[in-house]
Amino acid sequence: MIGDEIAGMLGDPLMQRALLAALLVGLAAPVIGTYLVQRRLSLLGDGIGHVALTGVALGWLVGNAMNLVPHDVLAVPGAIVTAIIGAVVIELVRERGRTSGDVALALLFYGGIAGGVLLISLAGGTNANLMAYLFGSISTVSTGDLWLTVILTAIILVVGIGLRTALFAVCHDEEFARAAGLPVRVLNITIAVVAALTVTVSMRVVGLLLVSALMIVPVAVAQLVASSFRQTMGIAMAIGVVVCVTGLSITYWRDLSPGATIVVIAIAVYAVVALARPLLVRSRSHDPHPQVPDDVEVAA
Amino acid sequence: MTPAVLARGVRVVLSGNVILRGIDLSVNDGEVVALLGANGSGKSTLVRALVGAVPIESGEVELLGKPLGGAVDWSRIGYVPQRVSAATGVPTTAGEVVTSGLLHGHRLRPPRHARRLVLDALELVGLTHHLDRPVRELSGGQQQRVLIARALVRDPALLVLDEPVAGVDLPSQEAFATTLGALTARGRTVLVVLHELGAIAPLVQRAVVLRHGAVVHDGAPPTPAREHGDPDHDHVHPHDPDEAFADTGVAGLRWEP
Ligand SMILES: Nc1ncnc2c1ncn2[C@@H]1O[C@H](COP(=O)(O)OP(=O)(O)O)[C@@H](O)[C@H]1O
Ligand SMILES: [Mg+2]
Repeated sequence: MIGDEIAGMLGDPLMQRALLAALLVGLAAPVIGTYLVQRRLSLLGDGIGHVALTGVALGWLVGNAMNLVPHDVLAVPGAIVTAIIGAVVIELVRERGRTSGDVALALLFYGGIAGGVLLISLAGGTNANLMAYLFGSISTVSTGDLWLTVILTAIILVVGIGLRTALFAVCHDEEFARAAGLPVRVLNITIAVVAALTVTVSMRVVGLLLVSALMIVPVAVAQLVASSFRQTMGIAMAIGVVVCVTGLSITYWRDLSPGATIVVIAIAVYAVVALARPLLVRSRSHDPHPQVPDDVEVAA
Repeated sequence: MTPAVLARGVRVVLSGNVILRGIDLSVNDGEVVALLGANGSGKSTLVRALVGAVPIESGEVELLGKPLGGAVDWSRIGYVPQRVSAATGVPTTAGEVVTSGLLHGHRLRPPRHARRLVLDALELVGLTHHLDRPVRELSGGQQQRVLIARALVRDPALLVLDEPVAGVDLPSQEAFATTLGALTARGRTVLVVLHELGAIAPLVQRAVVLRHGAVVHDGAPPTPAREHGDPDHDHVHPHDPDEAFADTGVAGLRWEP
């Protein structure tokens, strides 16, 4: 029976923790994703994700050196610290000019991965140890991990939703925000730091390589049907939750990578919505040619 | 009385190029000043520098009697940047864009009665019915009016406008001139960058003309030397700033509403 199967899944404490983590991540990731898409910085999450890998390896190295058990207890804190530093550096470089920001992002991509692999081998680990972080390891979520996820998600939601108008203002038109005396740099760094937190919180669920997909794809879907910024964010959060929980549930029965399953479902949702869009978006009740006096004299 | 805008020796360097070479400018309380000049003469850079959107290399700026920075009362200043579009990556309604104009300085959340203020501002530009429409579905001229509403929503004492009617059809230009006239009648100060005086001409009390990043004229507004009543007039904008004076006739013939 399907009902028994689902009851069995929900009764499994390991699965309970994993589902809760997936739900929180699905809710939080699209919040910051909406701002990144708004300022056309969709790849920022990827850049931060790559940097976070170096952080994971650095945490591992330090944990090893201090003979901590297990060796990777510092991996997540390492990822958080490094991701925040990386995000702030990217933001400061971006502030100085657009072209160099693009190159800086590329350097971070390559440096992050290479640094991670190098450090993990120095720590006596193998690349296999990095796999859990690159592709996610939600099946091993402990109660402690879950608490960290709850706290980080709360921060992301409070900042991302509570400061929505201000963060929107700075992403929508930075020049106008400066001319309004808004603390533009502080707001930009806030977005960068929240993006870094989102990356590290999503790491367990989908892995660093696919973190950005969870931030961006739900927003891409929402954009197809929403007409306001607020709606886009709301719909994206709903889609994030649905794809994360669905994807993870599937892996309870089929031995698939949770992260990859979630992202594939999200992209499938995008494809379906894009195809069905003409049916979903009912023609708006606006006359595209309102009665406005002509501004040229037309000879009769 | 302290001038609303006071600039002394403003020099701006962008990517190694000197864009403004020592600008002196003052706009008195209640005055309407037009900033004219050819494309690339530095008009936009000057107003950006005045509102703190680009860094100033040397010189000083005071807004409403306070040096540029945290001390300025930003709630009393409205800025309309030169823009082709008000749309960006994510669908956004006209109301959301205008609401962002309610934030300033350390006010990071819109006030409780935001919706009413936003509707009032949209009414001033004739877009009340477009409150919940995505800006990307509006015409270029309508998007420009959304940006004007974003500047007006906080009822500013000083308005800084960068080509607010570029790409706006003639009836809307006249409507905008009426709105601006009502604001100036209530004592608002206006600094407006224009390519052509157009419908705003009767309101302008003084004109400042820029050429190659320096002020070359500060005084009476130029009167149109010839009328471009000819419908074949194709609006090639002069690149010689001397011709800017001549080209102040009918504008916006090519824009659909
Ligand atoms: N960010 C920038 N970096 C380098 N040069 C710039 C920048 N912005 C404007 N300029 C240059 O400054 C000059 C003046 O530009 P602008 O102030 O926009 O002129 P206007 O508004 O009078 O048409 C132009 O030559 C332009 O190319
Ligand atoms: Mg300009």
